[in-house]
Amino acid sequence: MRIPLSAMIGLILTGLYFFAAIFASWIAPYGMAEAVGDVWEPSSAAHWLGTDQIGRDLLTRMIYGGQTTIFIATAATILSFSTGAIFGFIAAVSGGWVDQILSRFVDLMMSIPSLILALVILSAIDVTVLTLIVLMGLLDSTRVFRLARAVAVDISVMEYVEAARLRGEKIFWIIFREILPNALSPLVAEMGLRFIFMVLFISTLSFLGIGVQPPLADWGGIVKENKDGINFGIGAALYPAVAICTLAISVNLVADWVLTRTTSLKGGRG
Amino acid sequence: MHPILKLVAQRLSLGIILLFAASALIFGLTEILPGDAAQAQLGQAATPESLANLREEMGLNRPALTRYTEWIGGMMTGDMGNALSNKLPIGEQIGKRLGATIFLASWAALISVPLAILLGLVAVRYQNRWPDKVISGSTLTFISLPEFMLAYILIFIIGVKLQWAPSFANVSPDMPLLEKLHAISLPVTVLTLVVLAHMMRMTRAAILNVMQSAYIETAELKGLTSFEVIRKHAFPNAIAPIVNVVMLNLAYLVVGVVVVEAVFAYPGMGQYLVDAVVKRDVPVVLTSGVIFAAVYIVLNMIADVVSILSNPRLRHPK
Amino acid sequence: MSEPLLKVRDLKIGATIYPPDAKPHDIEIVHGVDFDVMPGKVLGLIGESGAGKSTIGLAAMAYGRGGVKLTGGEVWVNGRDVLQSSRSDVRDLRGGEVTYVSQSAAASFNPAKKIMEQVTEAAILQGKFSKADAEKRAIELFRKLDLPDPENIGTRFPHQVSGGQLQRCMTALALCPQPDLVVFDEPTTALDVTTQIDVLKAIKEAIADTGVAALYITHDLAVVAQVSDHIMVLRQGEMVEYGDVDQIINAPREEYTKALVSVRSIEHKEKTPSGTPILTVENITARYSGTNFDVLKDINVDLHSGQTLAVVGESGSGKSTLARVITGLLPPTKGRIHFNGRDLSNALSSRKPEDLRELQMIYQMADTAMNPRQTVGTIIGRPLEFYFGLKGAEKQKRIQELLDEIELGEGFQDRYPAELSGGQKQRVCIARALAAKPKLIICDEVTSALDPLVADGILKLLLQLQKVEDVAFLFITHDLATVRAIADSIAVMYQGEVVRYGGKTDVLSPPFDDYTDLLLSSVPEMKLGWLEDVIATRKMQSGGN
Repeated sequence: MRIPLSAMIGLILTGLYFFAAIFASWIAPYGMAEAVGDVWEPSSAAHWLGTDQIGRDLLTRMIYGGQTTIFIATAATILSFSTGAIFGFIAAVSGGWVDQILSRFVDLMMSIPSLILALVILSAIDVTVLTLIVLMGLLDSTRVFRLARAVAVDISVMEYVEAARLRGEKIFWIIFREILPNALSPLVAEMGLRFIFMVLFISTLSFLGIGVQPPLADWGGIVKENKDGINFGIGAALYPAVAICTLAISVNLVADWVLTRTTSLKGGRG
Repeated sequence: MHPILKLVAQRLSLGIILLFAASALIFGLTEILPGDAAQAQLGQAATPESLANLREEMGLNRPALTRYTEWIGGMMTGDMGNALSNKLPIGEQIGKRLGATIFLASWAALISVPLAILLGLVAVRYQNRWPDKVISGSTLTFISLPEFMLAYILIFIIGVKLQWAPSFANVSPDMPLLEKLHAISLPVTVLTLVVLAHMMRMTRAAILNVMQSAYIETAELKGLTSFEVIRKHAFPNAIAPIVNVVMLNLAYLVVGVVVVEAVFAYPGMGQYLVDAVVKRDVPVVLTSGVIFAAVYIVLNMIADVVSILSNPRLRHPK
Repeated sequence: MSEPLLKVRDLKIGATIYPPDAKPHDIEIVHGVDFDVMPGKVLGLIGESGAGKSTIGLAAMAYGRGGVKLTGGEVWVNGRDVLQSSRSDVRDLRGGEVTYVSQSAAASFNPAKKIMEQVTEAAILQGKFSKADAEKRAIELFRKLDLPDPENIGTRFPHQVSGGQLQRCMTALALCPQPDLVVFDEPTTALDVTTQIDVLKAIKEAIADTGVAALYITHDLAVVAQVSDHIMVLRQGEMVEYGDVDQIINAPREEYTKALVSVRSIEHKEKTPSGTPILTVENITARYSGTNFDVLKDINVDLHSGQTLAVVGESGSGKSTLARVITGLLPPTKGRIHFNGRDLSNALSSRKPEDLRELQMIYQMADTAMNPRQTVGTIIGRPLEFYFGLKGAEKQKRIQELLDEIELGEGFQDRYPAELSGGQKQRVCIARALAAKPKLIICDEVTSALDPLVADGILKLLLQLQKVEDVAFLFITHDLATVRAIADSIAVMYQGEVVRYGGKTDVLSPPFDDYTDLLLSSVPEMKLGWLEDVIATRKMQSGGN
């Protein structure tokens, strides 16, 4: 199989980010919360990216920050996908009142911007990594629900699904053998986009001070901690922007590739 | 009744139901989650007695439904109660701040909407050639950044290094318009860039969709110039999807404004909401949350109504 | 002899294709075609899908649809090669000298503009008529094309008139600027057969009255024989045969042309019913939920083992709904179905496995009837596994037997549907139905989406399988030629009712009721002058089109 250059770049960069996140404690040159230098030192051989507002090594903070951000985003994406896709398929295949109730509830959830809903909820509960994951995952699962339901509805009106029903197949076979293989590619592509959204979402929450709590590092938090430096011309707060942007674009490139492969669906064992 | 009016009426009543349901959802969420306003206010210092007293005092002991009806009734009459943190009336605060937020958002909309449509048209006209690729590439970059990061990049370059615009959006009601505009130039730029990126991508897709229709080919085969094809045949059919895109993205502004106000310390609704969340001031969060949700719902509703009104099949039934 | 109006020399047309796992590359789809059209004459371009006939038609307007590029040769219109013309000259050509009628008028009209504005647009733009004159001419054309209320139909929007009417409006659109040549691209293919005949007549008369020349593109030789002076037969981008219409129809020289002419001439002698029927449909009445009218009204038909009942009707007649009721997808509101000595329960979910197995279905679109992610082996193997519990080598053996039976042979088990041709796909669907060893197969328009020669092959296969497997067919179709080829008994449906029912010979012999007469007479015959004869003799007008 031929992988286009853009998708290759996307795959390699995404892989690098995940590698750094998983092996953060081996790669990072210093301890996560260890003050090793002066305030906002410029970059040097000892501190490639300089130090932060209380003298911690910024490269170390960025690597650990990546770990937190990517971990939370990944966990929330998995939660959002499993919930959203399962309920979406159930709604599509059962139809009737099950579909009505689930769909109307999702309509209601989506009538409120998820950031606003998140702010309301976070004002009333204790913020931990776990509650953040659950909150983001569930809020976002509404979007996955809509996509999964739409894709499954499109497929379930196909005549091959009707043929399976006429044959007498059970719902289990219809979902897993007839619908799922055909729904997988659009869902996988969407998964990439949802993951990016999660990264942006958790960063925004942390930046606003209601996401990941210090001393744990994450990309949004690093901006918050170092933002005052900007007024003195110190760019420490901008590194996370570069990190998020490159990660998001790489994942986008991979997702685009998966999608174009889908639209030219031609048998294939993928 | 004309069937289209019936459809529009249906859509409007659905919107009103949705408004109430959304307010009930927001109210209900703060109800069923562990902890309440009293606990949030007392924090770690809470003892069972002090909690019970405060709940009594705040009326939290009464049934949730009663409190919801009172609260929603108060919202509609303008009596929104007092903030927990500083005991100031919420209604007064919101009155001041809503205007400021609308001022900021309108300028962003005013710049981004025409620009997005123009860039969308250019991208379609030069589809898959360099102008399209440049536009699509740069919008992808803007979409891939959270608003606040884009804001700091602009502050760093334009505010601090070049010193063209102030890094903080200090505005007061009695400032002359030009000064105000200078003060908000950076937040407006950030909002514009973010909304522009989404809006332009969707506009491009909407126009391309129309351009692939068979009636465009018919027009080309009549010997029309490409400009005439676009003006006479593509444009009338593209208005509806474009208006839809514009409305959806203005709704998106609602979210963007929250973060951008926080970054630039702009005294609007967004900053008010974020402050209240950090201070766990539940009544303020509830009220301002519902206002944001309402704006969002209304914009979405307008988008729906526009697409109903512009559908020739509905407008001229058989 | 005068100069030809359109002179095409060595025309080559290419396209860029984008395969999923390879680099985009160019292919040639028309490999050097020559022909002339004289002023006022009609040339029919005929061929199966992939012949390149539409592409050639559009080349007369120097237009390449989608990624299509006119790569070589010359196209002379009114004495100049339009492939070399300037842009502004090409704009004068399009809509001025040459105009176009597409297959789907519904898609080709701008939904946001009134019909009149669109019909007169080119005439006004090209400076041929003033607005008032163009509108006068348009109304004249509407009248000539037998459109109802010609004075006011132009004030309507495209979605406010029927498909057949819109197709005539499109013809008016093409004739309005007084062009020298009109390209008709399958203008009647999407219409019902009784509507087609009227549109065909209108087009033919309009061509004659205005003296315009035409390129008439279609896959249906019988249709093109009614309107053309000359015919060019195309196959895969190359010319097979060219001649005047009489020679092509009555004395074709090439094998391929002979096959096209003799298509649908399968001889099938009707079998007489004997014993108890395998399927009895009694007093079936049905409606879709949420509607307030019956789509089926008191239907009674029988089908005997090993025989074929053809259910004929146009779109909206309820013939496909009957299939849904019999399969259990739509429970009827009244009546009962007796199958193989048992009563069938109304709803699919409460039917016994035996009932499901013995009643199989084949669809019109083989593309959507097969899961694109399953191999041919899986598709055919699943019923074997599901109904008979076959596994491993035994299952493989049976799959191969079935593949042999449908004349596909070795090497197809591991292929995906996308790797098969249209005819092969439909054969696999037949094999899937046969795998269940059914007593009855419902065939819903199974040949409608196929090219005539391929469809013939499928019909022959079905007839042969019926002999071998002793299976009954309920054959739903709008195509009377197919009915003649395969049926033992026929039910004619019209607006939810069976208006005529009986053995094939009886149903197809006079005296006819009005609708059957209309339906039968509307099927184009491979005969010159057929159109005029029919119009002169038929009893009933087609409704509202």
